[in-house]
Order: sequence, then structure tokens, then C-alpha cells
Amino acid sequence: MTTSAAFSGAISNPTGYQNPIRKLILGLVLLAMTFCASLAFGQTSVPGDTLFAALFHFDATNTQHLIVTGSRFPRAITATLVGAALAVAGALMQALTRNPLASPAILGVNAGAVFAIVCVSTLLVTSSMTLLLWVGLAGAAAAAVLVYSLGSAGGGGPTPVRLVLAGAAITALFVSFTQALLVTNQEGLDSVLFWLAGSVSGRPLDMVLPTLPLILPALMISVLLGRQINLLMSGDDIAKGLGQNVVRLKALLGLLVVCLAGSAVALAGSVGFVGLIVPHMVRGWFGRDHRWVIPGSALVGAILLLAADTLARFIIMPQEIPVGVMTALIGTPFFIVLCRRGLSRG
Amino acid sequence: MDKRSRLSVGPVSVAISPQSLMVTGLIFIACSALVLLALSIGSVDIPPATVIRSLLGTENGPEAFVIEVLRLPRIVMGFLVGAALGVSGLILQSVVRNPLASPDIIGISGGASVAAVAFLSFLAPSVGSHWLPVMAIAGAMIAAAIIYLLAWQQGVTPARLVLIGIGLSAAMGAATTLMITLSPITTTMTAYIWLTGSIYGSDWDDVSAFLPWMAALLPLALASGRTIDLQEFGDTLATGLGLAVQRNRLLLLFLSVALAGSAVAYAGAIGFVGLIAPHIARKLVTRHFTALAPVAAMIGGALVVAADLIGRTLFDPLDLPAGVFVSAVGAPFFIYLLFRQRY
Repeated sequence: MTTSAAFSGAISNPTGYQNPIRKLILGLVLLAMTFCASLAFGQTSVPGDTLFAALFHFDATNTQHLIVTGSRFPRAITATLVGAALAVAGALMQALTRNPLASPAILGVNAGAVFAIVCVSTLLVTSSMTLLLWVGLAGAAAAAVLVYSLGSAGGGGPTPVRLVLAGAAITALFVSFTQALLVTNQEGLDSVLFWLAGSVSGRPLDMVLPTLPLILPALMISVLLGRQINLLMSGDDIAKGLGQNVVRLKALLGLLVVCLAGSAVALAGSVGFVGLIVPHMVRGWFGRDHRWVIPGSALVGAILLLAADTLARFIIMPQEIPVGVMTALIGTPFFIVLCRRGLSRG
Repeated sequence: MDKRSRLSVGPVSVAISPQSLMVTGLIFIACSALVLLALSIGSVDIPPATVIRSLLGTENGPEAFVIEVLRLPRIVMGFLVGAALGVSGLILQSVVRNPLASPDIIGISGGASVAAVAFLSFLAPSVGSHWLPVMAIAGAMIAAAIIYLLAWQQGVTPARLVLIGIGLSAAMGAATTLMITLSPITTTMTAYIWLTGSIYGSDWDDVSAFLPWMAALLPLALASGRTIDLQEFGDTLATGLGLAVQRNRLLLLFLSVALAGSAVAYAGAIGFVGLIAPHIARKLVTRHFTALAPVAAMIGGALVVAADLIGRTLFDPLDLPAGVFVSAVGAPFFIYLLFRQRY
């Protein structure tokens, strides 16, 4: 009680959202629960005691143990990482552009990474995760720069509609390039298509590991930047007046977005709408203080993607829906409500 | 000073600057040359003189067959499809008042794609593929109607229309991907080629099915030229000038959707033509719809014909979908235009 009181004293949250620490702990508990559910449920359900046995007393002759550690555990890890990375990327983008509709998928960053990766993997026939990771980052960076400069061309700065349209145009551009590559190289089409649709299955741990040194530090830095982001949100001039180096901060945020979104795409293909909806949900829950919004986004993003991935195994048994399709179907109604509400006010 | 002549045909009345007229004439000549080129080269090269003779009906040989049965319908189809997409994009960009809008970006092609891919994956084996265009048009119309309804809040604003269109096209893209990943690999390829956009194997039957759409819609578009120009002033000013803004917006959107939907139905989801053709047209002639529309139509047609020409000759014997090269040729140019243009 004393620690949490000290914390809320230090925060002196003006919006009246008390005890964000408690909410974060609740989020962690939920995350652990969805993580376990993701391990337990699927075509063959694994009961709780077997699950624990598989994790702590692994028996290589037990099929259920093999399913849990061999396929579901890496999958749950992938979903957690990708969900957290995309959600934080979305939160940073929405803060950076002061645009409620910004997210890696809408603003074309995902499409850029997808194109770069499809390009390299079909032309060079490589599956080296480290290479694909860097290629994905380069594609994401190129798309981000293109969209931002396109959206802010002309006077008046980047308004939400301009940025979103620029993102859609750049997405269309990269998607048609990707289509062109796939139509001319038909051999790998089927496997690439499932990856394109956004999927967290079939990523063994040694594919996931190379992304860790990138995703985890980027997440940590994003969390630590919360206070600076709060200042930035009050306007460039105010932030400058309060001693903030706005240009450097914006560049750093852009770099973080590219790292997070690019490595998420390299891991899971294009998973849309997580980056869009999660920050909104989190702001409704934690308030507008970015010191809490960013860790909250990481948690809720991971929970959302784990849940969507677990659900995707049941809808059309025995086949699985790609998780990117799931998030798009969940996210679109949300996006539409957001457009209708936001624009009628503004 | 400004030497303009007036041209009036029924409801179409426009002040034409001689410069625009000359540019339009030059583009027409260039398009004719392109069509001639497209008719004469291919897996069998035919000299242009023979092409002209067989078009005039004085040549009867194997070459006349190649031209009249194989190449001409395909080229006519490509040109018409491109023209429809170009004009559709032009109308849409004026209505939305944003040069980045186009039928494929705000979800019209997305609706057609969902319907077409569903048809190819589930119905085509049992029904036969000649129903595909009907399904695609229906898909485009339904998608447009949904977008319009969702964007309605005491009227439709351009910004909301664009945003909701983009959001819905993401969902429709997800549905399309889902169907493609679930369908067997044989239909996957057919569906994927359809999504890229191809006029491979178009014959005179397709052309004669598509032609009535164009014959009905293009004059209608030209006739609403003045409405479109008024609309560009913004809602307040247009209302002040006596325009029923919401009703006209609906009518213009319908025109744009019908043009794009019918084009996509016969040629697949060819992207970018609707985006680029109007941009190029605006660079070339005055900013009046009646002057822009013919140029946008010809540029759009020429883009598709050129892309198809590259697709069937450059990688001979492979016959690659035209859509691949529309984006390959159009995209860099598009980016260049956007960076130069201040809007």
C-alpha cells in the first residue's frame, strides 16, 4: 500500500485515474492466463496438469508434451512479442503524428516491410531470419519516410485524412509490387500467402530469437520515454519551451516505430489493426498519461493477439484462420466507429 | 487575351482553350500509334501496313485472323477498361477533393475482389466462369453502398467517405486473403491473377458485353461536368451557387462506382490506373472536367494497353497480367508527381 501510494503521489494523475500499477498487475495476470490458454487449447486440448508437466518435467515421448513445447510455446511467444511490438508502435505513432488513426498497417509501414521481405525471399531464395529482419526494417523505414513526407507535402501539415490517404496510396503501391513478384514467381506462392495474411504459427524458437535483441530494447526505451512523449503531446512549442529537443525526440520515436513494426512484420507477416485499436483501448483504461499508456499497450496488445490466435484455431476447425485476418475483422468495426465519432466532433 | 471557343452539345457546354484542344488531339494521335504498335507486335510480328489493311478489311490471311480475332478485341478491351478507370478516378478525386483517392484505394475494387474471389473459389467449378463479371459488379456496388451508408451522418463528407472506404477495404482485403488461403492451389492462382488484373483472352463477346456500360456511362459523366466542377469549390460555396450537394455527390459516386465496377468486372482488380490517369490529365489540360475527362480516358486506356503489350511481349512465351506492369510503370511516376505537386 505504501509503495502504491508513493507511486500515485509521484504521478499526481490529474485525470483521476488511480492506481495504474494495480491495472498493470491485472494486465500481467490476464496476459499469463491468455498465454496458458494459448498453450492449452487447439485441435488437441491439453489439460492443466499435463501442461505444467510439459513445461517443467518435459517428456520427449509424450505427444501432448511435444505439441506444447514444440509448436504452441514458440507460437505463444511469437504472438506475445508481435502483439506488444505492434501495439506500442501504434501508440508511438499516434503520439508522434497526434493522429488517432495512425498505426503501422494503416500508414503503410507494414506493407513496405512485407514487400521488402517478399522481394528478398523470392529473389534470393533465403530464409535466414537475421537477413529478413534487416530487410523488413529497411522496407518499413522506406515506407514510413515516404508516407510521412507525402502526407505532410503542401501547406497545413499532415492532417489525419492526408496521412491516412498517403498511407493507403503507399500501401497500394507496395501491395501491387508484391503481387507482381508473386505472380511472376509462382512456386512459393502458397506458403508466402499464408505468411502475408499474418500468421504466428510455424515459427520455431530459433527464428524468434534473432528479433529479441531488437524488440525488447525498443519496448524498454519506449516505456522510458513516456514523460517526454507527454510533453510532446502538449504541442511542439510547449515541449520546446520546457527544454525538450523535439527534433531528436521525434526522430527517436520514428526509429522505434520502424524497429518495432519492421521486426513484427518479419516475424508474423502483416497483422493489421492491433496498432490501431490497442492504444485507444488502453487510453480508455489508463488515461492519457503515456508513462502508463505505453506499458499498458504492450500488455493489452500481447493479450489481444494471443486471444485472437487462440480463437482462430476454433472458428473453422480443422483449418486455421490466419491471425491477421482475425485482427482485421475485429478491428474494422472499431476503425469505422472511430472515424464516425472523431470526425463528427472535429 | 484568353482565346476560348465555346462548344455546346445538349447539356454539355464548355469553354475550350485552343491549347487544350491541341493537346487532346496530340494525345489522340499518340494513342492511335500505340494501338497500331500493340496490334503489330507480339509472338508473330506483323508489319503496320498489313495491320491497317486488315483493319480496313482488305486483307484476308492468317495475319488478319491474328489481328481481328486475337489482338484487336484484347486491345479494345484494355483501352476501354483503362478509359473507364481513368474517368472513374477523375470523378472520385473531384468528389472527394483529394488527388490521392481512387476506386481501388477507397474500397470499390475491394468489394469487387471479395465477390470475384468468393465466386472463383466456391461457385465457378459448378456454375461456369461467365457469371464472374456479374458477381464482381454486384460486389463493387454493394461495397460502395455500405461505405456510403456507414459514412452517412446528416450527409456525407468527403473525409469520412475516404476514411471509411480505406477501413472497409482493409476488412475486405482480409476476407479475400482468407478465401485465397483456404481455397485449393489451382484456384489460388486464378484468383491471384484476377486480383492483379489481366485482359488475357478477352474476345469480342466480352467487348460487346462491356461496351453498353461505357456507352451509357461516359456521356452521363460528360454531361455532369459542370456539377463536378462546382462540387470542387467545397460544400458551402457549391450550395450557395445552387447545387444540391448531397444529391449530386451520390449521383457522381454512383457514376464512378459503375465505371470502375464494370471495368474491374471484365479485367480484374487493375490498380493505379484510376489514380494516375487523372494526375497526368491535370498536368496536360485545363482543370475543367469536360476537358479533363477525354484526356484521362485516353491516358488510362493507353496505360492498360501499354502494360498489356509489355506483359505479353517482354517475357514471351509467358503472358503476364497487365496489372503487374501498370504498377511497375505507373508507381514511380505517381510518386514523382506527388512530390512535385503541392496540394
